[in-house]
Amino acid sequence: MDQIWQIAYIVAALSIVGSIKWLSSPATARQGVWAGQFGMLFAVIGTLLRHEVVSIEWILICIFIGAAIGAPLAYLMPMTAVPQLTALSHAFGTLAAALVGTAEYYRIHPTGFVMAALVIETVLGYLTFTASIMAFGKLQEIVPTRPITYKGQNLVNLLLLAIAVGLGAWMIIEPTPVWVFPAFAALSLLFGVLLIIPIGGGDMPTVIALLNSYAGAACAAMGFALSNRLLIIAGALNAASGFILSVIMCKAMNRSFTNVLFGAFGQVQQSTTAQASTRPVHSATAEDAAAIMAGARKVIVVPGYGMAVAQAQHKLRELTDALTKRGVEVQFAIHPVAGRMPGHMNVLLAEADIPYDKMHEMEDINPDFSEADVALVIGANDVVNPAARHDTASPIYGMPILDVDKAHTVMVIKRSMNPGFAGIDNELYYMDRTLMLFGDAKSFVGDIVKELPAHS
Amino acid sequence: MTTETEMSLYVLILAVPLGLQLVQRVSPLLHTPLMSLTNAISAISVVGAILVAGSGEATPFTKTLGCVAVVASTINIVSGFLITDRMLKMFRKKEK
Repeated sequence: MDQIWQIAYIVAALSIVGSIKWLSSPATARQGVWAGQFGMLFAVIGTLLRHEVVSIEWILICIFIGAAIGAPLAYLMPMTAVPQLTALSHAFGTLAAALVGTAEYYRIHPTGFVMAALVIETVLGYLTFTASIMAFGKLQEIVPTRPITYKGQNLVNLLLLAIAVGLGAWMIIEPTPVWVFPAFAALSLLFGVLLIIPIGGGDMPTVIALLNSYAGAACAAMGFALSNRLLIIAGALNAASGFILSVIMCKAMNRSFTNVLFGAFGQVQQSTTAQASTRPVHSATAEDAAAIMAGARKVIVVPGYGMAVAQAQHKLRELTDALTKRGVEVQFAIHPVAGRMPGHMNVLLAEADIPYDKMHEMEDINPDFSEADVALVIGANDVVNPAARHDTASPIYGMPILDVDKAHTVMVIKRSMNPGFAGIDNELYYMDRTLMLFGDAKSFVGDIVKELPAHS
Repeated sequence: MTTETEMSLYVLILAVPLGLQLVQRVSPLLHTPLMSLTNAISAISVVGAILVAGSGEATPFTKTLGCVAVVASTINIVSGFLITDRMLKMFRKKEK
């Protein structure tokens, strides 16, 4: 019997590695998901066959309940809600890790190496659990998305973490009084909440990636506590994945990694409160925009979170089709941190059936802006702000941006002149070549599509 | 240090660079599916949850914790994989 579960674990580990490998290209990506599911199935069946597992009726019932909750969750959420769903799904996974750690502690009351692994597992599990719930709340806008800060916040957070680590160390060294573990767990839970409170919605891509990394690390720690190498492999892959993604996000926002690790996100942004500018802008109607686009050869669309909010991706597809039919080349330029999750824009555009070979990364498309007749900015703000290039006083100075200002005409669809999420004014709006298209992104794009046939 | 622990450390040492390599090759186009796939994979904690819930030496307390953990991790697995697949289904190269 023993060999069977070991073989199942090896198959599971191989499938999980293969699953991430296949995800590297859209052509094989779905195979990757199948491999992942296959691996997970083997991991579960293998575990159920282990002789340590004596009663499986309850486990099967629990698996059934979990599947009955998880499946509708995945099918009923709209595509724009993918970041929230991932955060929520995450909360459940890390809660599981934390509870397993807690149960192990109460079952064997270990000290030394095993306890060290359990301490890491539970602290990461509990803090990632509440942090994910908070991230879910912010993304779903149940919790205010603006960063909430107070004086000495970092000090309070660090102090809490230090106490939790101290308690953890105490438990590793010797058996402790009964209150220590609950206090340790409570501090970890509280720390997770405090970690997310100061973070603004715009920084969520980094945070979600980072939480993913923590969840992986918690799994790997669980693997050490239970001497289970499958957990170590899957956990390590996960931790690595989350880590890389958050590093990519950091680079795209010109933040240092230490800044992110200590949860000091959003700090920079608050230093400047935007003053409503009274400088003149050129505004235009859908008719004007349609006339210019009808005569263009190349249009580059720059989507941002505003497109997701307005659900404008389907109208954008209509516009793409109409322009392509007229012989206008349409491309999409996607900034690494556009949206609320890495790659968020790609998913929404794909949902609207826009082929992925039209979506381009920042480095690839930036040289093309100078030969574009129109750059159409939809719901993006900071990622196209030229101040990032030259204004050393700007909070986003140094952040790589999309060079939309090099296009012949820049069109910006925006609700009003209110500064964007980060509260930074954007000099792009005041350029002579910039036309401001005020209105709801979805209906405005729809209007442009309607006006197009009039121009031939 | 036991041989068990030593072996586990070797596994960790090899798995981390492997993960870094694999993920670096994923196209930014697929970063959201990557996030949700790895999110589903992180629910491998279901293995630990089953071991705790099904253990012969479990007390009612640890068994309850284990069962809740099984439910929670299954939610994570099922929703994680399904949403990833739902997203990937939409990625098409050319229009029909």
